[in-house]
Amino acid sequence: MTLTLTDHEQSLLDGRAGPATQLAMRILVRMAELFEAGSFLPITRAHIDSAIYLGQATLEFAERLAELGAQVAVPTTLNVSGVDEHGWREWAVPAEWAENARRQMVAYERMGCRPTWTCAPYQSEEAPHFGEQIAWGESNAIVYANSVLGARTERYPDLLDICAAVAGRVPAFGLHLDANRAGDVLYNLRTIPLRWTQEDAFYPVLGFVVGAEAGDRVPVLDGLGVRPTADQLKAFGATAASSGNVGMFHWIGVTPEAPTRAAAFAGRAVPTAIDISPDRLRAARRELSTAGSGPLDLVVLGSPHFSLDEFRALAPLLQGRRRHRDVEFLVTTSRAVAHLARKAGLLDPFEAFGGRLTVDTCILASPMLPPSVHRLMTNSGKYAYYAPGMLGVEVAFGGLADCVESAVQGRATILEEPWSA
Amino acid sequence: MEILTRAKPLVRGVAEGEALVSREPLSFWGGYDHRTGEIIDRRHPLVGMRAAGRILGLPYARGSSTTTAVLLEALRAGTAPAAILTTGVDTFFALAAIVGEELFGTAFPVAAVDPRDFEQLPNGRWLRLEVDGTIYLVR
Repeated sequence: MTLTLTDHEQSLLDGRAGPATQLAMRILVRMAELFEAGSFLPITRAHIDSAIYLGQATLEFAERLAELGAQVAVPTTLNVSGVDEHGWREWAVPAEWAENARRQMVAYERMGCRPTWTCAPYQSEEAPHFGEQIAWGESNAIVYANSVLGARTERYPDLLDICAAVAGRVPAFGLHLDANRAGDVLYNLRTIPLRWTQEDAFYPVLGFVVGAEAGDRVPVLDGLGVRPTADQLKAFGATAASSGNVGMFHWIGVTPEAPTRAAAFAGRAVPTAIDISPDRLRAARRELSTAGSGPLDLVVLGSPHFSLDEFRALAPLLQGRRRHRDVEFLVTTSRAVAHLARKAGLLDPFEAFGGRLTVDTCILASPMLPPSVHRLMTNSGKYAYYAPGMLGVEVAFGGLADCVESAVQGRATILEEPWSA
Repeated sequence: MEILTRAKPLVRGVAEGEALVSREPLSFWGGYDHRTGEIIDRRHPLVGMRAAGRILGLPYARGSSTTTAVLLEALRAGTAPAAILTTGVDTFFALAAIVGEELFGTAFPVAAVDPRDFEQLPNGRWLRLEVDGTIYLVR
């Protein structure tokens, strides 16, 4: 397909809106040709993952765009950065890293992006609406926006998200288009015991399995007689987008584009369902833990960033208790949610417990953990998936209550034999 | 030189190097150390292998959208693969190369190999990728 540009798009490409927009359009046009897109689509908002500092190249890219005068053309939110801008000194972040990461934050703020600094922008007033065409980065945010909110974004990689925000448009391809939003593969959950589904730990484990099975296809889930909460869908999607390439899923009767199987497959033939068995889930749950039941250095919650509802669920578990003196208890979240949790009184039991907060970033995006942290526990499938390789630590995976109990005991403690047959 | 296959060039260029191939997709964020060019995802079959300077064959980029940024860092640090072969139009790998060209004037070629031919890519052999996408078995 030949790419057709409007007169306005051609003028952007010719540099009539300045060199930054020209650079953004040049990159977008080259990508549009690879995607074999026939045209561009206007977008209504963007979410930028590129602000995460990795090294000189990401910083140079950001500062080059800002120096060229780049300004976002649509309301644009920012994903996590490489540093907790005001809290990094409490952790092991090298000063040079903090300075570079902060420079990168400033560059994106200069471009007019909103300093939201969160990987859960869909749990804020910035959430897109059903049917909106948007350009979002951050794998977990992409899958939530497409699947749970019914907004439309392709899986935008870092560097391209900001180009789309500056140009205000994206190639018409992929998950922006009806044809590519239909389900590809059907997973039946009917053999899973209902009591498992009452447990928060179930959803990241299910995501781990579905992501690994589905790869880059659109999975459709059916046969589970419950309606997951927003936070459970968030945990499911984030883990599926870690173990696989999932940019969108359908859940029959749960997600907005899948009231029925026929709708989820957009009228095409419904494929034979594949059962996800209890055994497969048990194995996946074991696989998410690399550490046995030994002493812990850290319990960490909040990937994706902890929500206000998650703080509400956590607070009563902490009441009247105190973490073990050798175990840090860390929650990673956004500035906005931290502020709301403070206002709601949810941080009082948290701080009395000995908990600490990090905002703007997370343990994977910022070199904040001291080298003394060798073993951590988490309820996050995404942390469990990435931490062993990225941080060289051993990880124990468990539910929220397991994490609290383990922080008190000082060792990985699973309250009940998980999912015994 | 024997012609192994004709791939579709996504980002054009010439490269030569030892093939390092896996059927398992990889997230470069958390999977590739851009300071050393080593694969560090403990769940990936190529963990511990150094991909810098080699012709890396991966079906596609898994997971994180930060893969492109990691590759851009590797490109700047000189620890990127010599070329990347995929099975389809992988947006993540190609984007890193395109931004590298636009920003630093340097890139690595990316080419899409037919999935059946991808299965036959010989790990450990010396390959040459031409501008038109032809892949030769050098030795």
